[in-house]
Order: sequence, then C-alpha cells, then structure tokens
Amino acid sequence: MRFASLFLEPRNGDIANNRPLRKALSFLVAVLILSIVLFASFAALRYQWNWEAAFRYRLKFLEGWLTTLKISSVSFIFAFILGSLSTLCSRSRFLPIKYLASLYVELIRGTPLLVQIFLFYYVIADAANVQNRYVVGVAIMAIFSGAYISEILRAAIEGVGKSQLLSAKSIGFSEYQTFRYVIAPQALRSSLPALAGQTANLIKDSSLLSIIAISEFTLNAQEVNAITYSSFESFFPLAIGYLIITLPIMRLSRYIEESLRYDT
Amino acid sequence: MKLLLRDVVKRYGGLHALDGLTLEIEDTNCLALIGPSGGGKSTTLRLVSGLEAPTSGCLLVDGEEIGNDFERRRQFRKQVGIVFQAYNLFPHMTALANVALPLEKVHGYPKADAIQKARSLFERFQLEDHMLKKPAELSGGQNQRVAIARAMAPDPDIIFLDEPTSALDPEMTVEVLDAIYSLIETDKRIVIATHQMGFAQRAADTVALIAEGKLVEAGSSNQVIENPQTIRGQKFLAACLDR
Repeated sequence: MRFASLFLEPRNGDIANNRPLRKALSFLVAVLILSIVLFASFAALRYQWNWEAAFRYRLKFLEGWLTTLKISSVSFIFAFILGSLSTLCSRSRFLPIKYLASLYVELIRGTPLLVQIFLFYYVIADAANVQNRYVVGVAIMAIFSGAYISEILRAAIEGVGKSQLLSAKSIGFSEYQTFRYVIAPQALRSSLPALAGQTANLIKDSSLLSIIAISEFTLNAQEVNAITYSSFESFFPLAIGYLIITLPIMRLSRYIEESLRYDT
Repeated sequence: MKLLLRDVVKRYGGLHALDGLTLEIEDTNCLALIGPSGGGKSTTLRLVSGLEAPTSGCLLVDGEEIGNDFERRRQFRKQVGIVFQAYNLFPHMTALANVALPLEKVHGYPKADAIQKARSLFERFQLEDHMLKKPAELSGGQNQRVAIARAMAPDPDIIFLDEPTSALDPEMTVEVLDAIYSLIETDKRIVIATHQMGFAQRAADTVALIAEGKLVEAGSSNQVIENPQTIRGQKFLAACLDR
C-alpha cells in the first residue's frame, strides 16, 4: 500500500503532499511504458537503422521546419483577421452578409482540408492566375483556420454575460462602445486558450500543403526519405520538429486557461 | 419627480410581466416599488429607467415620453443612473475604471477629470483602498457601493435601483442602505425596487405596491405599509411582518 501511494495524487490537492520528486518518478514511469511499447514494436519489425544518411540532410530538415514556421505564422495572422471579420459579419443585421459568414464557416468546417487544398489550388488559384504556390498555401491555411477562429470568437462573444450588456446599456454606451469596451476585451481574453489550441492545429494541418509541392517540413522529410531509402529516420525528426513548436503552444494554452480560472 | 404609467403591458414571450399597469405619482423624491417577487416591480423599474420598451401603453417621466423610440431611451438613460441587484460591474476593469470610463466615453469628460471625479466618489463611499481592485476582489457590499458610485457619477436626474440589497448578507445590506440614505440626503431623486420594508417606510416618501403585473395600491409610505387599503396589500404586508 505504501508503495502504491508513491504514485497517487493527494485527494484534495494537499500542497504539503505535492512533492516534485514523486511527480518526476511517476512521469518517468509513464515515459518508460511508452518507450517499451515503441521499442517492442520496432524490435518486431527488425528495422535496420541508418541515422547517418538522414543526418546528412539535417539542413533540409531545418529549412522545411523554418518554412512551416513561417507559413503558419503568416497564415495565423490572416486567419485571425478573416475569422474576426467573419464573426463581425455573422453578427450583422444585414442578412446577406450574415448568411455569407455562416456559409463560409459551415462549408469550411464541414469539408476536409485536403479537398479544399485541391479545389483552391487547381481551380480558384488557377482562375485567379496566382502563380506563387506559397501565397496559395498561406491563403488556403488562412481561409481554413479562419473559419475555426470565427467560431471560437463567436462563442467567446456570446459568452459575455447578458448582465454585462444590460449594464453597458444602463450607462448609455452605444453599440460600438459596448463592443469596444465591454465585449471585445472580455471575449478576446476568454478565447485565448482556444486560439492557442487552434494555432497548434494550424501548424500540424499545414503538413497537408506538401501535396501541392510546397517545401515545408513534411515535404522535405518525405524527400529525405526518398533520397536515402530510409523511412523512420526522417519521420522521427518530423514528429519531434512539430512537437518543438506545438508543445510550448499547448502549454501556453493550458497556462492561460488556469490563470483565467481565478479571476472572473 | 412626476411619473405616469397608463395601461402599460410588458410581455416576454408568453409571460405577461406587466398586465395593464397604471400608476400616477404626482411629486416625490423617493419612490419605493414593493411587492412579491415576479410581481412586476423590476419590470416596472426597467421600463421607467428606459432600459426596455413596453409592449404597449404610455410611459412618462417628468412629463417626458420615454416609450418606444430607441434613441430617445438611450438619451434618457444617459441622464439617469441605474443600479442592479447583481451589481453588473465590468469584471475586466478596476473599480475606478468602472466609474470613470462612462464619464469619459459617454459624458465627454476629459480623462483626468473623469478619474478625479471617480476618486472623490470612492472617498465619499469609503472605498479609497479598493479603487484599483477588480470586482472579483471586492465583497458584495463593496461592489454594490461601486455600482452606486458609477450610477451617480454623471450627476443624473434620477437614480433607479433594482433590489440593490437582495444579493447581500445583513451587514452588507446595512452598508449599501447607508450609501442610499446618503444619496437621499443630498436630494438625489430615487426610484427603488426593494424587499426591505423598514427601509422603504423610512426612506421613501411614496410607495407603490405591485403584484401580478398590476398596481395594487400607491400612496405615502406610512399609509401603504402601515395601513394598506386593499386585501391583496394587507396579505402581502402581513407576510412581510411575519418574517
């Protein structure tokens, strides 16, 4: 019993029992279990590791990783602008605009990103005569992510309590002032965790841009793969490369969530 | 102040919150609306303070019609102050900003003057130590006093208070009632919906008893509370005394 209690979290978050060493021990156990499963799988595969070949292409990995980072950040900025616009439109009293926004959100959220990439790249970008595939890639990711951000912001705005709106009304705020000083600051804050999560999604989803030959992280890893006749030696760095970006973002998201919980 | 409501109906969906309320108050400085919960006194307060439009009927405050026109109601709200049961302060701003921001943005005070005026109100209500705290860090009584400060900051013609002590414990209730007494002493005109019969009798010069969406009776506070004329009024006040 005493042994098992080493791995148990205290029932009521008792700070005195909250020992960092015990936590580390449990974490190690979790890592150990995961490693055993992985090693066992690869042992069964009898895979011949060849890290040297992959290592020779380390710059290609780095370039791809940086491209992914760049595409994702620029996409996120445009996605946020697009999402905010769409949210504003969805609150419009002018119905065609309102329906346009809801069509955008529903069509994008209801179809696979892969389909959107093909449609956008081979039909729309072609018709609009956009040659630069990176511009197309950023546009696709911004449009895709924008629909999700729009929903996040809409939910956050609707989450601002009715009593706040009544209060804004009572002090004589106009609709614009109510939005500017009451709704927007609170909605933005409460949507931060979800927005951070959406950023991580955007980064991972941008791997699909490899199918239209944008040399981001995933495509470069696939190329190393093809050149060196290896497979896992390029996929492991790929996974780790994404984790280097997404883990801190998810941590940040969790942190914001926790810190918002304490002051309403 | 003069108040005239004639055949006022207010419906929320299928619910008749007010069902043909008629009320005429000739001249009063402090009017208390009393009556059972759900009887229509809060709805009455929302209508006469210009927060909502009546479904039908006629509504005049100091001879000015404040019925259905959206912009006119907004102008009217700028001239009055409103205090809610649940304080309704903005949680993302400091207490001081809650009071100063409307002065600056709605009433056109320069920022420094707005803050100066808000500060002097915090001193008056003994809230100096709490100016820079957020509402979540303040007690209910402190929040409600901040809300009163916010309502009176632009020197409104009338202050409307909607059950301002109903969410508070007895000690905080005293704190807030004291703040309201001090408003009355400075000749602020007040309309208050309340369950505090003792307060209504002492502070108000006129009382209107509203139940089931209609006016039961109205008159001087002593007369309505001590000696109600209607059976419905006697029943309600007897229940209040029982407590």
